[in-house]
Amino acid sequence: MTGRSYFRGRNNLLLTIGAGVLITLLIIFILTPILSLFFRITPGQFLASLSDPVVWNALVLSLVTASISTLVIIIVGTPVAWINARHRYPGRELVDTLIDLPLVLPPTVAGLALLMAFGRMGLIGGIFYEYGISIAFTTLAVIIAQIFVSIPFYIRQARASFEQLDQVYEHAAQSLGSTPLPTFFTVILPLVKAGLIGGAIMSFARALGEFGATIMFAGNFQGRTQTMPLAIYTAMQGDLLASITLSVILIIISFIVIALVKFRLRGYTAR
Amino acid sequence: MAIHRDLREFPLKAEIRVRSGETLVLIGENGSGKSSLLLSISGILEPASGKISLGDRILYDSTNGIHVLPENRDIGLVFQNCAIFPHLTVFENVAFGLRRRKVPGLEIRDRVMEHLALVSLENLSNVRGDQLSGGERQRTALARALVIDPALLLLDEPVSALDVVAQERMRSALRTYVGNANIPCIAVTHSFKDALSLGDTIGVMERGRIVENGTPDEMMRSRNGFLHQFFCGCRWEYNVHGSGCSPD
Repeated sequence: MTGRSYFRGRNNLLLTIGAGVLITLLIIFILTPILSLFFRITPGQFLASLSDPVVWNALVLSLVTASISTLVIIIVGTPVAWINARHRYPGRELVDTLIDLPLVLPPTVAGLALLMAFGRMGLIGGIFYEYGISIAFTTLAVIIAQIFVSIPFYIRQARASFEQLDQVYEHAAQSLGSTPLPTFFTVILPLVKAGLIGGAIMSFARALGEFGATIMFAGNFQGRTQTMPLAIYTAMQGDLLASITLSVILIIISFIVIALVKFRLRGYTAR
Repeated sequence: MAIHRDLREFPLKAEIRVRSGETLVLIGENGSGKSSLLLSISGILEPASGKISLGDRILYDSTNGIHVLPENRDIGLVFQNCAIFPHLTVFENVAFGLRRRKVPGLEIRDRVMEHLALVSLENLSNVRGDQLSGGERQRTALARALVIDPALLLLDEPVSALDVVAQERMRSALRTYVGNANIPCIAVTHSFKDALSLGDTIGVMERGRIVENGTPDEMMRSRNGFLHQFFCGCRWEYNVHGSGCSPD
């Protein structure tokens, strides 16, 4: 018994040391590039770069388009997630697979596909172009690209939240005289809001960081389609400071997003 | 009411009649179809065939294609796990059905407080549903089902989470309520005390069917094996003497 305990204790020690080394290496691997960015810019340079029109335009455009995309995703995605969570219909698995497709599709492929659909010669874009409406290479294209790549994040999370919610609450509301729509807004939505907000934040973050599909479908025009990731890429060629400033802003926003999802929303979780 | 619905292992096939002001208590082993029967009557589960009527009102009739939606049945239903809305206060839980019926605000307040007093919860009206103990949740569920003045009351283990004193008080309140409101009531229970004190009639369910029913006295004299176990708490052979029973 003593021997076994000794070996178990020694194994535990080895495991603990091994796990500690692994975790430390991983943290160093993630933190080193991020901290390198922060070390390359002083607070004064950072603030000065913020007034650079390239930085400012990209920041505003990114925040506005990502917000609009997220809003559209919530409006469209919530009912779709609800239907797929609660109702069975022919082709539901296919719909689910298609919704998840942008998650695994390379963003450049997504951008090219969007161009083929909404470009001047595209399936849908061609029709709009006949009426004098161009979609590709506009701010609208930025929003469409962001929606395309980030909608699966929201729908997956929303669907999981709806599936986890015990149907007995809906049944109780029904038995008390509540029709489906009021039940949805007064009972279901408040009970799954933590999941929905979490999904929306992840979608917003993905939209904010979108690069490949945007540059293929919307181009890279300052003030119109040049979002933060695109501006970082462009500024790399000449103004490294602007590029670093935008990167730092994106890192701060990403950190806030993850912190919100991980900590802030815990309090909302329905018991 | 006579319905038919396929459950997982056997069909639910029941035919029951409950008079206004009376309570039918359904007893039976776990999974015998008692709760499914209540959900079918409430409209949450749709039977495959049959007919359910409440007074002159037909709630379900497969022959004529009638299926009144649960929200339009005016049935007070207490779920086995209470289904208290965790994000709403006790007051808002009880007021929920009245708000859906567009009852004026002042009347809502009066009726909710009156029913909270009935279940001794007036001091907890501002507590959220997820902060309640099991017994408090059950009392909230009862108040929520009664406050809408239902035309039929369906209770799934209505007092199981309460302490002994509260159970007796609640049984008495339920008996009075059903009598005064003159509505039919169907209760599912695993407690023989509930069955004897709440039930005007008792029905035994086995594999989706009501295999025996009668008044509590009649049921006490029954030779049904499950009833022996239910009323006497043991499984051996019995001789029945009067209203009680004892081992051979």
